[in-house]
Amino acid sequence: MSDTSATSLAQQLAARFGDTLSISTVRHETIAEVAGADLVAVATALRDEPTFRFSQLIDLCGIDYLGYGQVEWTTETATGTGFGRGVEGQAQGRFSWAERPAGGHAPRRFAAVSQLLSIEHNRRLRLHVFCEDDSLPLVPSLTLVWPGVNWFERETFDLYGIIFDGHPDLRRILTDYGFVGHPFRKDFPLSGNVEVRYDPEQKRVIYEPVSIEPRVLVPRVIRDDTDLMQARAEAADKWREN
Amino acid sequence: MAQEIRNYTMNFGPQHPAAHGVLRLIMEMDGETIVRVDPHVGLLHRGTEKLAESKPFNQSIGYMDRLDYVSMMCSEHAYVRAIETLLGIEIPERAQYIRTMFDEITRILNHLMWLGSSGLDLGAMAVFLYAFREREELMDVYEAVSGARLHATYYRPGGVYRDLPAQMSQYHESPWHKGKDLKRINRWREGSLLDYLDAFTADFPTKVDEYEELLTANRIWKQRTVGIGVVSPELAQQWSMTGVMLRGSGVEWDLRKKQPYAKYAEMDFDIPVGVNGDCYDRYLCRVEEMRQSNRIIRQCVAWLRANPGPVTVLDYKVIPPRRAVMKESMEALIHHFKLFTEGYCVPAGETYCAVEAPKGEFGCYLVSDGANKPFRVHLRAPGFAHLSSMDSIVRGHMLADVVAMIGTYDLVFGEVDR
Repeated sequence: MSDTSATSLAQQLAARFGDTLSISTVRHETIAEVAGADLVAVATALRDEPTFRFSQLIDLCGIDYLGYGQVEWTTETATGTGFGRGVEGQAQGRFSWAERPAGGHAPRRFAAVSQLLSIEHNRRLRLHVFCEDDSLPLVPSLTLVWPGVNWFERETFDLYGIIFDGHPDLRRILTDYGFVGHPFRKDFPLSGNVEVRYDPEQKRVIYEPVSIEPRVLVPRVIRDDTDLMQARAEAADKWREN
Repeated sequence: MAQEIRNYTMNFGPQHPAAHGVLRLIMEMDGETIVRVDPHVGLLHRGTEKLAESKPFNQSIGYMDRLDYVSMMCSEHAYVRAIETLLGIEIPERAQYIRTMFDEITRILNHLMWLGSSGLDLGAMAVFLYAFREREELMDVYEAVSGARLHATYYRPGGVYRDLPAQMSQYHESPWHKGKDLKRINRWREGSLLDYLDAFTADFPTKVDEYEELLTANRIWKQRTVGIGVVSPELAQQWSMTGVMLRGSGVEWDLRKKQPYAKYAEMDFDIPVGVNGDCYDRYLCRVEEMRQSNRIIRQCVAWLRANPGPVTVLDYKVIPPRRAVMKESMEALIHHFKLFTEGYCVPAGETYCAVEAPKGEFGCYLVSDGANKPFRVHLRAPGFAHLSSMDSIVRGHMLADVVAMIGTYDLVFGEVDR
């Protein structure tokens, strides 16, 4: 997959779909964002038209953008004032069900992302669909375009609560029978909600509120030296040569 | 007197020897014919993707081994490659050859497991014992480089954990291994790991002949697999099938050839493709893939023998400094400390990296917001997509063919349920 094929795919998409798609190319990967209302028409065209022929939907998954870019430790001002030892924030794994963060503030919180593959042209395309309403995330189902998306949509519904309009059989798939909540949402505690054990007195398996204390060892930080420029500058250091 | 005959529902698994783990099937039957099947998965769901969101990048490599626990390093490869893509680092050539070699060792490990267990499901006991004999020898290779027979955590962003050992480990004398027996199992282990692999790969094609002797022309095996579970090329593409499930139907598609990664572009190997798309063709494909993997391993061994060099990038933001250096350099000590406590931050962005795992396309969709932990990791497991087509394929088959179909899907529930 050379750079030229990715650019030409982006150009072909722009020529065919115009403003319906917003297209970007990063690291030879073509990403297109499409509105939910246009999704099925665009997907059908991508599958059938000879320029595209995306005969396979390889994968579909959900994303919850709540808390994107939030950190628990400020690193920029830290050297001037000394490091704070306390960790603030409610990142993944740090809260229980009772103290979960309030969700729904992030605009365009949920997205469904699908990876398409064209065997004929040997190229890939990623489709992003954002949900309009955070309290009732709704995306049209692609089951009539690619039947193989069935379970991927069920999984995304199960884990993120994104509802796929038109799906023939939208049941939970990965979680337990009778599970409550959508566990991969960012406001769902990592330790979960309930735990099961065998109760010898009642002689059956019972569900109880979870007894695990939320605990995370490593705070979430964002450092801006991550482009490794500094590392490259330091690459001439003596100790490395040993 | 007319008797009313009604369909009945049957439960299969989750605790069934042919369920390959924890698959539960609810089958609607008309006599012994399947009318509808509803697979229930998720009994092994551990929330790997969510767990990865709460940990620095490197701490999740070990989880990848535990997804598809018979092709461990291939899952690692997808995850590690996604991180490297976002970091924008290029790993040294030797590390790429090592990865290519271990991907193929993993492929043989996986196909041997598949051959043994699906043979067992369909009534061929002996193949299982033969296949596990060779699996054991390759598992020793895993152990030699990583210290673990299964969950290696050998691939790291930036390379591999360490270089191949110069001395292959040997068996010591014990009540179970002594005399002639000890000499036999140590006969390949005098030299380095590469010597051991040389001896193994020289011997392995004859072992594959032995498996084929047992199955390929076997009447019972053919009766159970020929014409069973036929997947047309169109159906295979509609149902997101990859790997042998797609190639068995005659579609020439292999990421190692079409979108080469690591050193596959430099390797000389062939891709077997089926004709009929039935269980028997997929069996033939997998057996031939083992021979081709053997070829690739030999090429890698030859290159690795001739070209020593670093096996990691020398970028201490990603790879820890050597222990000896840390004794003298303050800087190295700091880097080591930061790397193992906080980890490294990955630039914001997203990527999808796929590898041709033994079961099909294993992909890792990684979203980073610039932090030291992934914002979202999604793992595309081939078995999950394959199993979803179960209902449309086995309708009209007999109950016993469902077992053949579960076998031919090559399911491992670690990756299906994640």
